[in-house]
Formats: sequence, structure tokens, C-alpha cells
Amino acid sequence: MTDWHAIITYWAVITLLVFGLYIVTASSNLVKKIIGLNIFQAAVFVMYISMAKILNGTAPIITDKINEFSAYSNPLPHVLILTAIVVGVSTTALGLALIVRIKQSYNTIEETEIRQQEQTEKE
Amino acid sequence: MLNQLIVLQVVIPLIAAPLCIILSNAKLVRAFVIFVCTASFSISAYLLYFVSTSTTKTISYALGGWAAPFGIEYRMDIMSALIGLIVSFIALIVILYGKRSILQEIPEKKITLFYTAFLLCLTGLLGITATGDAFNVFVFLEISSLASYALISLGKSRACLLAAFRYLIMGTVGATFILIGIGLLYAHTGTLNIYDLGEKVAKLHDIRTIYVAYAFIVIGLAIKVALFPFHLWLPKAYSESPTVVSAFLAGTATKVAIYALIRFTTAIFGIKFSFTTLQLDVILLVLSIITILYGSLVAIFQTDIKRLMAYSSIAQIGYMTLGLSLISVLGLQASLAHIFNHAIIKTSLFLLIGCLVLRMSSSKLSDLQGLGKAMPFTSAGIVIGGFSLIGIPLTAGFVSKWYLVLAALEQNQWWIVAVILFASLLAVVYVWKIIEVLYFKPAKETNVAVKEAPLSMLIPVMFLVFLNIYFGIETSLNAGITKAAAMQIIGS
Repeated sequence: MTDWHAIITYWAVITLLVFGLYIVTASSNLVKKIIGLNIFQAAVFVMYISMAKILNGTAPIITDKINEFSAYSNPLPHVLILTAIVVGVSTTALGLALIVRIKQSYNTIEETEIRQQEQTEKE
Repeated sequence: MLNQLIVLQVVIPLIAAPLCIILSNAKLVRAFVIFVCTASFSISAYLLYFVSTSTTKTISYALGGWAAPFGIEYRMDIMSALIGLIVSFIALIVILYGKRSILQEIPEKKITLFYTAFLLCLTGLLGITATGDAFNVFVFLEISSLASYALISLGKSRACLLAAFRYLIMGTVGATFILIGIGLLYAHTGTLNIYDLGEKVAKLHDIRTIYVAYAFIVIGLAIKVALFPFHLWLPKAYSESPTVVSAFLAGTATKVAIYALIRFTTAIFGIKFSFTTLQLDVILLVLSIITILYGSLVAIFQTDIKRLMAYSSIAQIGYMTLGLSLISVLGLQASLAHIFNHAIIKTSLFLLIGCLVLRMSSSKLSDLQGLGKAMPFTSAGIVIGGFSLIGIPLTAGFVSKWYLVLAALEQNQWWIVAVILFASLLAVVYVWKIIEVLYFKPAKETNVAVKEAPLSMLIPVMFLVFLNIYFGIETSLNAGITKAAAMQIIGS
């Protein structure tokens, strides 16, 4: 059995993941949905970064003290997640831009109220 | 030089997209975009020709000169070249057709931005087909998705905003699921190259990380594919967006997601692991059949022709995943052939509906009564497209359904054949509903003086309608190439 310190970040990941997904599905406010989406994505970022960490490993940078260390963290997941963060930021930006326009045309950002308006439109 | 074509196909629209904003003159931009799409199309046509005739049946390119498992590899086999050809062909036709339709349906200030988003979407879709790197698949998936959210929100009614927002939420959750899956795979194997992953995963089957990664990736892709019960974003996204956008997305976006599903399940996890150990085939079979029946049934009750087509798209997606779930050369061949044929059928139908919308400014069935006389070519095209959708012999739709039935019979699954025939009957009902409105209902007074759609729209779309019949008779491309592709994937 792994030491619990070593996997504590993964518990954090799972908690954040579930919280985020719950907020996305359960809240009716569109901005809150975007916030939930951000928490959900942040969980994945933490997952990538924690899997790059190697016990007793140091930053993968060449210095004078290079002989003191034998293990290095894997830099690739950091690079990968940098890309995913950019994707996440653009998704948030696009989502918020859509919310601004929804607010302009429906005059509300509550999904339940928008649905009511759609119903009356149909009739 | 030849290897670089794989990258050029993706990079040309990517570089062209921001250039559109710099050019800013609407006419100039349009000419430029047509040029770019033609370039992409000729490259992908040449690639398919080259790949299918070469001895190795694959070409690969190492990005930046870094060799495969460490650098990013772009690799094309017959299947990816075929999907790439479909995407770039549909993009070209949609752009050629789009001039009048875009002017009518998209606010003038945003036309340049529309072309930019369109090219970005094309980049993403072509990128997914070209890349051999799992993380790259995620990046390109997000490029195409983000661009398509923007494209959908360009519609005129305010409902399109909500459709785009809902698609954004669902799509992002799906993409993040895929990201989790890829991360878990990387954690356990230390590689991101799809083919290198395949070799490494094959050696470590009984590990929970791999099972979890598999579950996340399949669910994430199922959302992008719009498989039941993850289909909720699709009907609104297709029916509220501008017609050119619905035509483009219906022809390409879900198809590329199915391509990614096939690629991940066969190349990374392996057929044995995906279908024997974890029995995806059973899950996929059940979900496909529900998707087919549900999509067809709901389509019958729609009063809006774009809505009806969107639900019929869901049903057709079911046929494609049904072929995959049979895991035989014939089944996969039927799947790929249906991806090919349905791209032509649905794009032509959406574009013809665009002709109706141009003249009537409405897509409600009740507003389209009796247009058969006023717009003879458009209506005839819809009838042919509808026949192809049903799968009447001598149309393209028949070819893929025929292979699907053969694949089911090969495994003695008679009841699948019954389901396919029953769903085709349902298709007859909803196609007949359109034909009845166009030809047999008395024309409204306002509909008598309507003119036929302009030639600039009719010529490209009639070419697609012609292809509907052509590929029903001459099947070397949709049956021949897909067979070679399926044999390369299944490996027998």
C-alpha cells in the first residue's frame, strides 16, 4: 500500500473533479456553470502536475550542483498542461462572451427563466 | 516533400485563418478562403491516392525532425486519409455554395470572422485525422470545438446563443474526460504516440489505470459523437445555427469524432482489449440501436425541417457506431462507407434546405407548403437526398446499409437486420413528410411567386446530389477504399 502522503493529491483531484461536475450540472446560473467547469478542469491540471512529481526529485534544470541530485521531476506533463490551461482559458472566455450576449437578448442568466421564456415563445 | 503534405494540409488553413482578419475586405476574404479550401482539398485527395496505392499504405512525418515516440508524429493511413478527404471536400463545397446564404444569415460585420472561425474549425478537424499523437488529438479536438461554438452562435435567432452555450458545456466536459484518459495513459506508459502507446498497452492489460483511462476516453468521445444518451446538444446546435454551419458540422464534426473513437479503441487499446476484455461491442451495440430508433422516431414528430434533419443525423450516427460494434472487416467497412455517404447526403440536404430558407426566411414545414412547383430543382434534390437517406437502391445510402446488413448476417444476427429495416421504414415516414409538404399540399398564396434558388448555390449543391446517385452506382471509392481501410485496421 502506498504511503497516504504520496497519493493525497489524487484524492484532492477526485474531490475537485466531482465538485466541479456537480456545479456544472446542478446550478441554473450560467456563470456558476462556467465556474464549475473551471474547477473541473483545474482538477485535471493538478492531476497532470502531481503525476510529474518524483519522490526526492528536483526541478529538471542544469546547474553547478547537478551532482547532488539523482532524480528529476518529469517536465513533459507541465508542458502538456500549459497547453490545456490555454485551452481552458479560451473556453472560459468564449463561455463568458456567450453569457454576455445571452444576458443582452434574454435579460437574464438563470437557465430556468430562459427556459420559461422559450416555453412562452412556443405558445 | 511528400511527407510534408500531411502537415501542410493542416497548417495552410491554420495560417490562413488570422490572415482573413487582416484582409478584412469581404470579397477578398471569400476568394482567399476558396483558394485555401481548394488547396486543402487537392492535398488530401492526393494523399489518399498516394496512401492507397503505396506499398506500405502509411506515410508519416516527424514534426521538427524529432523522431517518433519522443517527437510528435503525423501519420496517415488509408482511414485517416479518407476522413481527411471527406472533411476538406465538404468544406470546399460548403464555401463555394455559401456566398448568398452567408450574406442573408450572418450579420455583415461578422462575415470575415465567420470565415476565420470556419478555417480554424477545418484546421482542427483535419488535424485530428492527420496526427499520430494522443495529446495532439485533444488539442485539435478543442480547436475545432471552440471554433464550432463560435460558428453556431452566429445564427440570427437568440436561441442559437443558448444552443452554443449548452454545446460548450457538454463539449468541454467531454474533451476534459478525454484529457483525463490521456493523462492516465501517459502516467502508466510514459508515451503519447498513438502507435507506441498501442505496443506498450498491449503488454500491460490487467492494470486498473488502463481500465479507467479507457472508460474516460470512450465516454468523452461518445459525447463528441452524440451517441445516445449524450446526444442532447446536437439537435439545437444544428437547427439554430446558420445553414452553412449546420451543413458543415453535420457532414464533418461527428464523423471525425467517430474516427477518433475507432482510432483510440483499435490502435491504442487494441481490438482484443476493447472488445473482448471490456466488451465495448455489447455496450456500443445496444446504444447504437437505441440511437437509431430514438433519432428516427423523434424526427417523425418535428415541425421544423432543420430540426428533423438534426434528429435524423443522430439516427445515422447510430448506423456508423453499429458497424464498429460488429468488429469485423465488413462491419468497419460499413461504418466507414456510411461516414462517407452520410457526409454527402446530410450536407446536400442541409444545403438544399438553405436554398429554401434563402427564399422563405423560415424552416418551418408549414411555411414550405407547395414549393415543389416554385423551386423544382431544390425540391427534386431534397427528394433524391431523402431517398438516399432511406437507402433506396441506386443511391449512395443503399451501399452502406447493404454492407451493414451483410456484416450483421455474417454473424447471424438476424434481429439487427430487422432493426435496420424497421429504422429505414421510419426514415420513409419522415422523408415522406417532407415530400408531402413540398409536392402534395396546396401552395400558400405567398409561395406561388417564389423564385428558384440562384445558380451560385444550385451548382455546388446539385453536384452533391449527383454524387448521391454516382456513388450508388460506382462504388470503387465508398466500398473499395473503405474495404482497404477496414482491412488495414482489423488486420486480416
